[in-house]
Amino acid sequence: MSCWDIIADYGLRSIGIGERLLPRSDFTLCHQFTLIGSGMIWNIYFGILALITGFVLAVSLAVGKASHNTVIRKTAEWIIFVFRGSPLFIQFFFAYFLFLSLKQTFPVFSPLTSAWAGALVVLFLNTAAYSGEIFYGALQSIPKGDIEAADAYGLTGLKRFRRITFPTMLRLAWPAYTNEAIFLFHATTLVFFSGFPAKRQQGDALYYASYFADKTFNPFVPYPILAGYFIVLTLIVIAIFGAINKRLNRHLPQQQMSKIRLKMNLIR
Amino acid sequence: MKNLVLTTAAIALSAGMAFAGSHSVVRMGTEGAYPPYNYIDDNGEVAGFERELGDELCARAELTCEWVTNDWDSIIPNLVSGNYDTIIAGMSITDERKEKIDFTTNYTQPDPSAYLAMSADVDVAGGVIAAQASTIQASYIAEMGATLLEFATPEETIAAVRNGEADAVLADAAYLGPIAAESADMVMLEQTVLIGGGVGMGIRKSDSELRDKFSAAINSMKADGSLNALIAKYEIGEPF
Amino acid sequence: MRCPIFSFCTDPDTLGQLQWFLCYFTTAKHAGLYVAVGTVLLLLAVTAPVALGFGFAGAVAARSSFLPLTLFGRGYIAIVRGVPDIAFFLFFIIALDQFLEWIRHSIKCPDWTDPIRQGNDFVVCQAAKLPLGTAPQWVHETYGFALAVFTFSIVFGAFAANVLFGAMQAVPHAQTETAAAYGMNPRQTFWRIVVPQMWVYALPGLGNLWMVLIKATPLLFLLGIEDIVYWARELGGIKTARFTDYPHGDWRMWYFLALLVFYLAFTKVSEVFLDRVMKRLTHGQATAGGEAQRKGMA
Repeated sequence: MSCWDIIADYGLRSIGIGERLLPRSDFTLCHQFTLIGSGMIWNIYFGILALITGFVLAVSLAVGKASHNTVIRKTAEWIIFVFRGSPLFIQFFFAYFLFLSLKQTFPVFSPLTSAWAGALVVLFLNTAAYSGEIFYGALQSIPKGDIEAADAYGLTGLKRFRRITFPTMLRLAWPAYTNEAIFLFHATTLVFFSGFPAKRQQGDALYYASYFADKTFNPFVPYPILAGYFIVLTLIVIAIFGAINKRLNRHLPQQQMSKIRLKMNLIR
Repeated sequence: MKNLVLTTAAIALSAGMAFAGSHSVVRMGTEGAYPPYNYIDDNGEVAGFERELGDELCARAELTCEWVTNDWDSIIPNLVSGNYDTIIAGMSITDERKEKIDFTTNYTQPDPSAYLAMSADVDVAGGVIAAQASTIQASYIAEMGATLLEFATPEETIAAVRNGEADAVLADAAYLGPIAAESADMVMLEQTVLIGGGVGMGIRKSDSELRDKFSAAINSMKADGSLNALIAKYEIGEPF
Repeated sequence: MRCPIFSFCTDPDTLGQLQWFLCYFTTAKHAGLYVAVGTVLLLLAVTAPVALGFGFAGAVAARSSFLPLTLFGRGYIAIVRGVPDIAFFLFFIIALDQFLEWIRHSIKCPDWTDPIRQGNDFVVCQAAKLPLGTAPQWVHETYGFALAVFTFSIVFGAFAANVLFGAMQAVPHAQTETAAAYGMNPRQTFWRIVVPQMWVYALPGLGNLWMVLIKATPLLFLLGIEDIVYWARELGGIKTARFTDYPHGDWRMWYFLALLVFYLAFTKVSEVFLDRVMKRLTHGQATAGGEAQRKGMA
């Protein structure tokens, strides 16, 4: 069997297209590259969707935390605290069991017990809390002069937020937000190691990597392959976010541009 | 899920290594989550059919035994790497497993696997079937073509059916029996499948001396009827 | 054999609700959960200082002008950054175990001729096994725990090194220059001037790291330790009356809720504590925080 055949059979295995059974013996490098790569589809799916949906909630949480209304402020603070203060791993487990029991009373919730929806909801709330905190920090450090200038131009309310506050906040928060995006992609590997079951042995990249490590007793091949895929993914994220950063800062003189500096923040 | 030392899968060193003979303590590896075969009781001790059986076998073979629990999905690698000396965890004897480890003679008759579902008219061939990962049942479902939903522990497979995640669960009939008896809402399907060649103790290939000792003890229990008594007590399939 | 803590627990079927729960939560099986909580605390207590030690050594090494050392540090950080953390944990703990056994193998069995890697298998002689196949159970458990602690320490040590390195650089140059003017040699300058002053710059980063470390402890579960996640899953599962005196339905949600609350409380306490320490440390320092404190008092 040539490598092309293997790619044809297993390339989309993680979403249920192609060969039904996983390989059981004679694992070649090609098998490992193909299946782990196939699993990356899930990591990318979770990462992108959680990032986009999480962004909207994050901005609301940041504005909420900065709000003068006590109820709104406290609510935002609590959401941020709960999701930043506890391990994502435990959140996954809890959410899965919570969705299971919700489902019994309200059948509407039944999709949430599968990974594609349930884990996405957890990741969405989790990244919203982390980025909400980042955006809140940025809101607090918007130069006073900018707001005063907006007032002088007669901008108020939503208009001031849309034209002045929001773009400045985004610009200030962007380097930290880039980090958040990278680590969100990394966090997606936890999904199939928590309560969420893998349907038809369709899992993410780490699911297949550990499948191979289990079957071959050799961690030195599948994990470096996984690492390679993630380093490429990280570089792509940095490139995309770097381009956006450039655009956000395009009105500033070159040397004032805030460079994206990667900060480390490991496990969440 | 992964266990620490799944690493050192040493393939059998030649049987000559004075290894089996040097067992001061024989460490019995089990899962502790598969009643009535093995489970953790209220006192935090390993209990069940295999606990009683194992203790009796050790007494007959004049060995000192110690009980260890290990996750199911890494139970073979950790035996091979020497974390414990036997697997006594309701493990059916199959050809695939025999490539990695040796088995003693079987101490249960081949136990048919049964389906447990919320209603009797479930289509098992076309439905979603839950099974514990890396069991004979899981590979059976994968080959049969039904949608396999894998869980790390047997307990989760039952919960999956209750919660509507899966249409049915496929597991050893002895395991499903007490659960079906206690839950009025669940039914065992008529249809059973016979997979595997009975349950035996898994032992490293290098440890043939230990394997023979346990096989002899099992045979002596078969001969005097004490094994059948245990099988009846825990309702584990047919007697010998 | 049962020795319940409360004498009325001998017949759970007859109990009222409160007493039933009292008995339920004091079964010997639940002790496994409580011990596991202790394990988490022990892991934190051991890992934090060891990681700090590694971090300090790393930071000192990174300050040295020896090129290979710097490159090693940078490469390491780049990999930790680019790769998902659990993959790193899963890989590292296996690699470490095989590495230790390989070393022992080379020392103890020099006349072994077969290759170590035979196809899919990793084969060392029995004498090189870690721990020895004949060792009692507690040795196996301790070895597993020690490997986990070491793995945590290595990973977090790298992060601590980064924080401490930054803190050492942040100590104002005027301070070190003055020290030199007083005739201190570099070693004296480092120990007497830089090290005592760097902590205030390091503390925010280290505090953040501590929070991350707390949140990383459930990963013990992935390393095969019977930790709180294991017990929450085991205890919360459905129990039928035939195999326990305390039958109940699927309570895993509540067990994981309890874990969630445990971690939130732990984080909150740490946050409050670190805030206090920071206030104390900034007191009288020539930093923005110290200045703000001074103004606040006035």
